[in-house]
Parts: sequence; C-alpha cells; structure tokens
Amino acid sequence: MIPMKLTDISNDINDWFSGSGPLADIVVSSRIRLARNLAGHRFLHSCSAEEKSEILERLKAVVVSLDLGDEIVYFSVDQAPVLSRNFLVERHLISRHHAMAKGPRGVVIARREFFTAMINEEDHLRLQVLKPGCQLSACLDQIDRIDDEIEKQVDYAFNPRFGYLTACPTNLGTGIRVSVMLHMPALKMTGQIEKFLAAAKDMNLAVRGLFGEGSEATSDLYQISNQVTLGISEQSIVSDFEGAIIPEMVEYEKIARRQLLAKQVDILDDKISRATALLQNAHLISSQEALSLLSHLRLGLNMREHMQASTPAIDRLCALKGRAEVADPDGGLSIRTINRLFMLTLPAHLQLNYGKSLDAVHRDALRAKIIRQALHQPTQGS
Amino acid sequence: MQCQICNKRTATIHLTEISEGVRNEMHICEQCAAEQGIAAQSQMSINELLSNLLASQPSDEELLAGADEVSACPNCGFTLDRLRKDGTLGCPHDYEVFQHSLMPLIQHAHNGRSTHCGKVPSKVPCETKKLVELSGLRQELEQAVRNEDYERAAELRDRMKQQE
Repeated sequence: MIPMKLTDISNDINDWFSGSGPLADIVVSSRIRLARNLAGHRFLHSCSAEEKSEILERLKAVVVSLDLGDEIVYFSVDQAPVLSRNFLVERHLISRHHAMAKGPRGVVIARREFFTAMINEEDHLRLQVLKPGCQLSACLDQIDRIDDEIEKQVDYAFNPRFGYLTACPTNLGTGIRVSVMLHMPALKMTGQIEKFLAAAKDMNLAVRGLFGEGSEATSDLYQISNQVTLGISEQSIVSDFEGAIIPEMVEYEKIARRQLLAKQVDILDDKISRATALLQNAHLISSQEALSLLSHLRLGLNMREHMQASTPAIDRLCALKGRAEVADPDGGLSIRTINRLFMLTLPAHLQLNYGKSLDAVHRDALRAKIIRQALHQPTQGS
Repeated sequence: MQCQICNKRTATIHLTEISEGVRNEMHICEQCAAEQGIAAQSQMSINELLSNLLASQPSDEELLAGADEVSACPNCGFTLDRLRKDGTLGCPHDYEVFQHSLMPLIQHAHNGRSTHCGKVPSKVPCETKKLVELSGLRQELEQAVRNEDYERAAELRDRMKQQE
C-alpha cells in the first residue's frame, strides 16, 4: 500500500467518466455498491470511537491486501482537509455522507478508480465498482469476486431470513445498490423529462442527480438506482436493469434526439450554439452553469458520432479544436475533452490543481479561462 | 418412449397422478393427448400442482421463529425510539430482537418482500444456504406462475425438488 497523493489523479478524468463503453452516448457509467457489516460489532452509529478504530484497522488491513490487478491506495478521510474530501466526492470515490461524517474512517481506492471501499460510512464497509458505459454485469462479477475475497478473512453480519444485515433496513438483504448514470438532455429540451421521471417511479427506482442523494439533476445527468434490496437476488436486479430498465430509458432519450433532429432542429441548434458561444467567451462562469452548458456540447458531439447528425451548430461544434492542458493530446474536441472539462472544473478539482484555496469569484474566473482555452478556434487565434 | 395409447408415436407428455397414495404414470404423444382432452387437463393440473407446491413450502414466518419483543436490545441497548430518531439500528441483533416491530417497515421499504434471496456468505452452514436458496426459488416460482410461464415454473419446481 502506498500513501495517496490526490494531485497524482486530479489532472485527469477517471476511467468510468471517459465516455467509452456500451451505450456510452446515453449511459455514462455503471456502478454497483454492496453494504456489509462485521459480525460481533455494533452498527457504526452506536460504536464508540475505539470500536470504530478497531473496525477501520481490521477492514483496512483486509481490503488493502486484495489482489485487484491495480495499485491500491488508502486515504484517511477523517484526517483529510475539507478540500481533499470534497475532491473525493467529486470523483465519486466517497459519498458526501462519508466526507461529512465523524470519527475514524477511510477509503481504499484502486489507482484506476474502478473500485473503492469506504470504511465506516453508514455501514462498516461499502464496496463500490464503477465502469464506463453500460456494464452492470461486469460490475457485478467484479464486486462479487472482491466480496468473496474479503469474506474469506472476516465474518459478515448475516441472518438467513434477512440476508446481509445493514445499519438501515432500507439496505437489508443483498445490500446491493445498482445504478447507472444517464445523460438525458434531449428529454429535457423537448419537455419530456417528466415522462422519464414518472417511468422511473413506476419501476420503483430512485432518481438522483450527479452527486447522489440530495443533489439536483445538474447537467442533465441522472442516476437511477434500485430501491428494493430484499427478496430479490443480485442477478435479478442487474438483469432487470440490463434487460428492461436501461433499454427503455435509453429509448426515451433516443426518440427525443430523433425528434429534435426531425422537427425541432432550431431548439437543438439554439442550445448548442448558445452553449458554445458562452463557453468560448465567458470570463466568469459558475460550476452549475458550466455543467449545464457542457451538457449541450456533449449532446451535439454524441449526435454526430452516433446518429451522424449534421446541423449548422453541430457542424461548427465539431470543427472546433481543443487546446491547452484540459484538451486531448491530439487537440481534437471529443467527448473525452468535454468530460475532462466537466470534471476538472469542479470546485475542488480546480483548487487542488491550482495549488491553493480560491474564493468563488476566482474559481469562476479560472474555470472560464480553462474552458475558453480548451474550446478556442484556431482560425481566430487564442 | 412410445405413446401408451397409440403405441406408434413418441411420448412427449408425461403425467404422474398420485391418488390415495397410489402413483400412476402415463406417457403419451401430443396427438393422443389432444384426442383424450388431456392437454387441457394437464394445464389445470400444473396450476394445481404449483399451488400445492407453494402451499407445502415453509412460509416466511416459519423460516425463522419470531423473537419476543423487548423494550431495549440486551446487546446494544437500542430502542425503537432511536430508530425513529436516527434512522439506523444499533446492532445486527436488533433485527431479531425487534423483528415484529420492524417487519412493517421492512416490507414497506422492499415492496412487500420480507425474506432474503440472493448471495449467501460461503461460511454459512449448508442448511442455511439451502433455506435461502429455497426461498429464492419459491419467489421465482410465484413470479413464473403469475406470468403464466409454466415452462419456467416446471423447471423451478424441479430445482426445488432437488433441493429438498
């Protein structure tokens, strides 16, 4: 195990946000989380600081010894400054709850960020596997193997009737939370997002924003996840997602994208053109606004790549060349570039990469500058 | 195997009837079954068979004996008032100690479900594993019957028989 230096990873996006994988034009990422608790210990909320430390040391020793085919790093969350904790939240390596909680706690991270294990979150152990695109079965295979390896070394709290016992009864049974992050900008543009939200509710799914529980649907990104964890197997939940839920949701967005191209191209081009112009020219831009505008650029690029769409705004967008630190090495404007801008201009990323804390105005100025440089037009000079 | 009625075609329908402890088997082809009106009867008997099978499985309540309710967990001192306040339980024993009180909440959170089916730790004794697997198969069987997927139901029934 090596000590974690956040600046080692803060200059680039992680693999699950790379814009690759099956159905990547709509399904940004797949995630599976398992909640586990050690037998013979109280749940975290009732533990003394000593018991929390004991659990932390025990689980840390087990998880860092796993063979994950990647470098494993440990990060002590309770000893970290707020900026570092926020950074880990922005990269989805820990939950907001874990960042804000009290007492001894930490996170074990695979260097390529496909796996994290939060220790002493709401449960003693929260395992998470993340992959780009629609890859839930692969996530389940991997997290199941990791869980098996851990279980060889510890005794989990388990009961034949209720399954894996969790601090909150809503996670009881399998302790599994299956979720996919969907990019649904066309549904929003065509005023049909309520249809998607209603369908999710009918399917008994939770819908959250980019940063999970409590966050709004920023940038047209929605995380949908199962709510029922008891009385249904892990495989059944994943099969439901891959066989029914995801195809239906993806189809909603695809129909809306086709509708925009066929009947509402002015709306589409207006959004993409305005987003491009603002991002190329703004000198102060908030994180919220940047995320929202970058979403329209991502839509335009994906419609070109996956639907061969050609409209005046999409053609102009695709003619742009990326530049500077945040662009791809080849200088082209790609989904990866957009995702890099997306993640690297989040508040904690921005400050960590700048090397010091910045107030809101300075953050907005730095963000605008990075985006302007990345989206500059070579014909006009920089 | 030849059809027991026409003695010509291959028997593809296999009926087993148990009446007053006596077991009778019948192997017939589809055409003879149709002529005898057995196809319709067999559909009925599958439904009946599944109902009987479901009835013979242990109910959720029987899977674990219910624990007596007490005001506080002897292991951690947790009370239900704290659940209302914090939203979390005190220790794993609370699920047994407060089983009856927690049941409505658990069923509400899990769409009416109250019994685990899914992964079981490898260290858990074989009997417990079997119990969880049976519970899972039973739920799948119920679902298959609801969906009128009798092929799948028959397959699940056979797997349940193997488990018993």
